[in-house]
Amino acid sequence: MTTAFPDQTTDTPADATGYNFAYLDEQTKRMIRRCLLKAVAVPGYQVPFGGREMPLPYGWGTGGMQVTATVIGSDDVLKVIDQGADDTTNAVSIRRFFARTAGVATTESTPQASVIQTRHRIPETPLSRGQILVYQVPIPEPLRFIEPRETETRKMHALQEYGVMHVKLYEDIARFGHIATTYAYPVKVNGHYVMDPSPIPKFDNPKMHGCPALQLFGAGREKRIYAIPPFTRVESLDFEDHPFEVQGWDQTCEFCGSDHSFLDEVVIDDYGGRIFICSDTDYCNQRLDADARKEAV
Amino acid sequence: MYVAVKGGEQAIDQAHSWLDETRRGDTSLPELSVEQIRQQMGMAVDRVMTEGSLYDPELAALALKQASGDVIEAIFLLRAYRTTLPRFLASCPVETDRMAIRRRISAAYKDLPGGQILGPTYDYTHRLLDFTLLANGERATTPPADDTVENCPRVLDFLNSEGLIESPQGQDEHKPSGTMEAPDAPADLTRQPMDYPADRDLRLQALARGDEGFLLALAYSTQRGYGRNHPFAGEIRQGEVAVEIVPEELGFAVIAGDIQVTECDMINQFSGTETEAPRFTRGYGLAFGNAERKALAMALVDRALRARELGEDIVSPAQDEEFVLAHCDNLDSSGFVSHLKLPHYVDFQSELVLLRRLRKEFEQRREANQP
Repeated sequence: MTTAFPDQTTDTPADATGYNFAYLDEQTKRMIRRCLLKAVAVPGYQVPFGGREMPLPYGWGTGGMQVTATVIGSDDVLKVIDQGADDTTNAVSIRRFFARTAGVATTESTPQASVIQTRHRIPETPLSRGQILVYQVPIPEPLRFIEPRETETRKMHALQEYGVMHVKLYEDIARFGHIATTYAYPVKVNGHYVMDPSPIPKFDNPKMHGCPALQLFGAGREKRIYAIPPFTRVESLDFEDHPFEVQGWDQTCEFCGSDHSFLDEVVIDDYGGRIFICSDTDYCNQRLDADARKEAV
Repeated sequence: MYVAVKGGEQAIDQAHSWLDETRRGDTSLPELSVEQIRQQMGMAVDRVMTEGSLYDPELAALALKQASGDVIEAIFLLRAYRTTLPRFLASCPVETDRMAIRRRISAAYKDLPGGQILGPTYDYTHRLLDFTLLANGERATTPPADDTVENCPRVLDFLNSEGLIESPQGQDEHKPSGTMEAPDAPADLTRQPMDYPADRDLRLQALARGDEGFLLALAYSTQRGYGRNHPFAGEIRQGEVAVEIVPEELGFAVIAGDIQVTECDMINQFSGTETEAPRFTRGYGLAFGNAERKALAMALVDRALRARELGEDIVSPAQDEEFVLAHCDNLDSSGFVSHLKLPHYVDFQSELVLLRRLRKEFEQRREANQP
């Protein structure tokens, strides 16, 4: 993380828009930074924060945006993805927001980015030390669909009363023969808190474990922040006789031929014909470029 | 034919340009001015100010214009602006006792000091379309009476002085819910996250910002028996109140301006306990401008949410604090419902992979079981 104006305590307009650098005022950023520090200190614990209204709708990434606005500095390089892709509408919109309000450099390249805001995916390219991955989170509470009451779930987390979650997964196995959760698959962080990894496919869960990058999660509507510090133990919940497994495809990427990345299915004609392509557009392009270079040599 | 949504940048620009054109409508007609909206769509402006939590009729009218009249979109615009405003200081509590009254009615007493004042109301209008307005005709109007009523006594104070109703603070042991620097200040949910169980100050703030339609439905549900609380509209008043501030360098209160508000005091039944004589209880509603429906609904829901404090069984949605407060904000709800329009291909693909596998296994089992 490059610190945003370490000496700055008062607001400075980024440009003619009349708003502070990265939109949020410095007092709000300070409040969010305190929450981020707590979140990093207690991995997987949901820290309540005084979330602000953002000029984008709740549910469209306002939590992630507040976290990004708080950690980003003028010399950071920002990448924004949605569904793994840099060119999906909401990713474009959020990237433009920061280009406009913070004037930061943006990139589509995973290795070149210092801050990556994401919705629903973790990039295929392994992250490295010093990078920050900011997740947009719709429902931060993994127990919400089992126990809707905040007053109850708080106690359950404190007492590590996670039996209900295992019962839910067991019921899936009894009914379908498999755990039927395919995304937002619950994980246990640092051996204590059960955490919602946001709606990433379970395919991405193993990437969170021991990740050298700092992972920050922001839920704007629900006003919660949580974090996984670098090199933290992250286990997907499972059973000895039903170990956790990720989804796979019989097909390979139509463009780059990858047989190990998460594939999106694209319907290409009116008769149900379909191809499969990498959901991570940057990863796909990197592979295509590498192939092109090999051919050129 | 719909091809994968990619290359969004240009598409977004084009969409917004088209939106601007659509918003403007037929350019052979004169453009609607913000001042016209403010003057002639006053109740929409009031709703936008109330739920947008910002008293600024001009900006609320601008928001309505920019949002093509979509009230929730306008509320969103105003809230997103409000959140960037610096806070100089908090005002003194507004004294609605000293309101310059435009309208004041009580459903509990036939007549009372200060009188019943109908004011400008849609009540008792026959809902017949007025074709004079269609023809842009002006209707003859009667000027209102000059003498405005001020310092009008409150209906609930008559009852209070007789001990027939609880005090406005209710039964709550006051728990300081403000900030660390000012523990006795009312809580502010625009600065702090909601904390359950919530105190009444926090609840009232959430309800004041809450969606009128949602509160109306909940209020209605209490009337139909889902958490019934036997309400009487003790008093509804509407008019101008002064907002006072105490600037630090002055040390005494000065008037910063006047705002229009609608206030509702609801009288509700309560059966008393072993140690306490029976008396009426209260529900309270307050909204900016002319917003009677909102104020009434808010008062009913406020009373329903006091179930815990009054030792009532919590059996209905309107009494369930987490249910009501977590879902009453229309920016929360419209944002999250509309986020379904965002791409979900990755999660959907994950479900497809699993579903295909489950179906394949199902077919295999069925074939194996067939003789």
